[in-house]
Amino acid sequence: MKRVALNGAGLLVALFAAFPVYWMISTSLKPSSEIFSTTPRPVPAEPTLEHYRQILTGNLIPGVTFADFFLNSALVAVSTVLLSGLVALLAATAVARFRFKLRTTFLIMLLVVQMIPLEALVIPLFLMIQRLGLYNTLPSLILTYLGFSLPFAVWMLRGFVAAVPKELEEAAAIDGASRAQIFRRILFPLVAPGLVATSIFSFITAWNELIFALTFINDQDSYTLPVAMTFFFGRDDTAWGPVMAASTLFTLPVIVFFLLVQRRMVSGLVAGAVKG
Amino acid sequence: MTTLTEAPETAAARETPARRRRRVDRLPYLLLLPCLVIIGVLLLWPLGQVVVMSFYRLNSVRQLRGDREWPWIGLANYTEILSDPFFLTVLRNTVLFAVANVVLTMILGTLVGLLLNRLGRRMAAFVASCVMLAWATPALTGTIVWKWIFDDTSGLVTWLFNALPDGLSQSLFGRSDWTGYGWFNSPLLFFTILTLVVVWHSFPFIAVSVLAGLKSVPSELHEAARVDGAGPWKVFWKITFPLLRPVFGILVVLSTIWDFKVFTQQFVLAGGTQDRPTFMLSIYSYAEAFSPPPKYGLGAAIAVILTLILLVVTGLYVRMVLKQEEDA
Repeated sequence: MKRVALNGAGLLVALFAAFPVYWMISTSLKPSSEIFSTTPRPVPAEPTLEHYRQILTGNLIPGVTFADFFLNSALVAVSTVLLSGLVALLAATAVARFRFKLRTTFLIMLLVVQMIPLEALVIPLFLMIQRLGLYNTLPSLILTYLGFSLPFAVWMLRGFVAAVPKELEEAAAIDGASRAQIFRRILFPLVAPGLVATSIFSFITAWNELIFALTFINDQDSYTLPVAMTFFFGRDDTAWGPVMAASTLFTLPVIVFFLLVQRRMVSGLVAGAVKG
Repeated sequence: MTTLTEAPETAAARETPARRRRRVDRLPYLLLLPCLVIIGVLLLWPLGQVVVMSFYRLNSVRQLRGDREWPWIGLANYTEILSDPFFLTVLRNTVLFAVANVVLTMILGTLVGLLLNRLGRRMAAFVASCVMLAWATPALTGTIVWKWIFDDTSGLVTWLFNALPDGLSQSLFGRSDWTGYGWFNSPLLFFTILTLVVVWHSFPFIAVSVLAGLKSVPSELHEAARVDGAGPWKVFWKITFPLLRPVFGILVVLSTIWDFKVFTQQFVLAGGTQDRPTFMLSIYSYAEAFSPPPKYGLGAAIAVILTLILLVVTGLYVRMVLKQEEDA
């Protein structure tokens, strides 16, 4: 009896959490006649890919396609990930492997800057972007997202670096390996899964961001996907089919990446290294 | 990466152990340097700059580019905001929204966390995966879907209300035909839906954190209490809550910080920055600065006020985290 009640509650929670995602995908596969009917169907009666075809082949504005926005977003996100991963790895190694005077100060600063309301930085960063002549360029966004994702990336990576047993490095040092060799051959491979997890978080930050992209980019061919979506679909008479298809294409990479990190974090990272 | 890591390698080969030890002292700072420069230039400098800007009258992009001078007006931007009765509306919206969302998110998240801890393995895995979906969905598309669910002609909620027996609907809400009903028109309804969207996005984090906390508590304590005849309510307040108090403290502070500056969900749900009665501090600041005519100085002053409020909350957060690291 109690089991039944608990499972029932579990199903309700699952429904509430997952339904919007299901509804997005389901709507994207329905022909327009089904979408705009007065009695909604939970499952598409005649599933169709017409909305996907429409957004992928049609020009949203003359000369610019959905794929262009997708590429802009991907370019910005991947650049952010590479830069922030590299810088964060160096900083995390410093914090996790060395004891130095300003270490605690740096850690506290990392915590505090993560709490800076980014929404409050739109105006001064807009000023900086204008002064640097980066207005309307994708590098303006890469730079901005680099700043946003870095503190958390360092914070997260520091745990992964610290989890690599120091003995491995000490053993290598006794065997005559140089610092750079230790870094490349021992620390880097063992931290790599953590680096992947961290990168995914940076990727999601950059991929999802709307306000700054909305403010710094004015040219339609430089729009990132979120801006393009609010711009073209945020009208009153919304064409929900194409909107849901675009939303699905935008959301799926994020969900896949997110679930990957989730699993990565659960599995013991260096357990094999220690036992082997 | 190569330049930074190669350098010590070639140098180290020539060094005596004593010189090497002295060198090691500088290495961590070298490794930190790029990170410090980026945080300094892209986060701390703008933070100072927003304060500076709030003391000037900045009403055109050409001033920002440096083509025109910046007239210093002291605290005029602040007095303008604080003497405007609209600011009180915005502040009330912000605080009430944050409090409501933190409370609801914490309650739902905690309940789901407790539930996940009690479910069988397979069921727990299934529910947790669904909860992850809500967490993983970007704020933008999550909000767009909720907007579609509340669409006034073919939306699911409109259909649901239309499906109510007419008499019941009439006596409860005073209308039976919901087609064309403006779900986003009254501020109260707008905030209710916004709360639904934000709680949906943020309860998974709380649930997963609470679950992680529960897993670290030895289950014997709970069993012992239950054997002694304590009900679930008592077990939670007498055992679970005191043990997880630090976790709850941090979660409340983090949620407060997040819910104070909700932007994307509101922007998408309201369809831009036109819906002034539902403004909260972050969107107010943005609208003043960027909707024509631009008032960058005034927007900056609002941003400073928002930052000051969050600074107090952040102070609490840092103290809690440091205390936890000490205890650990």
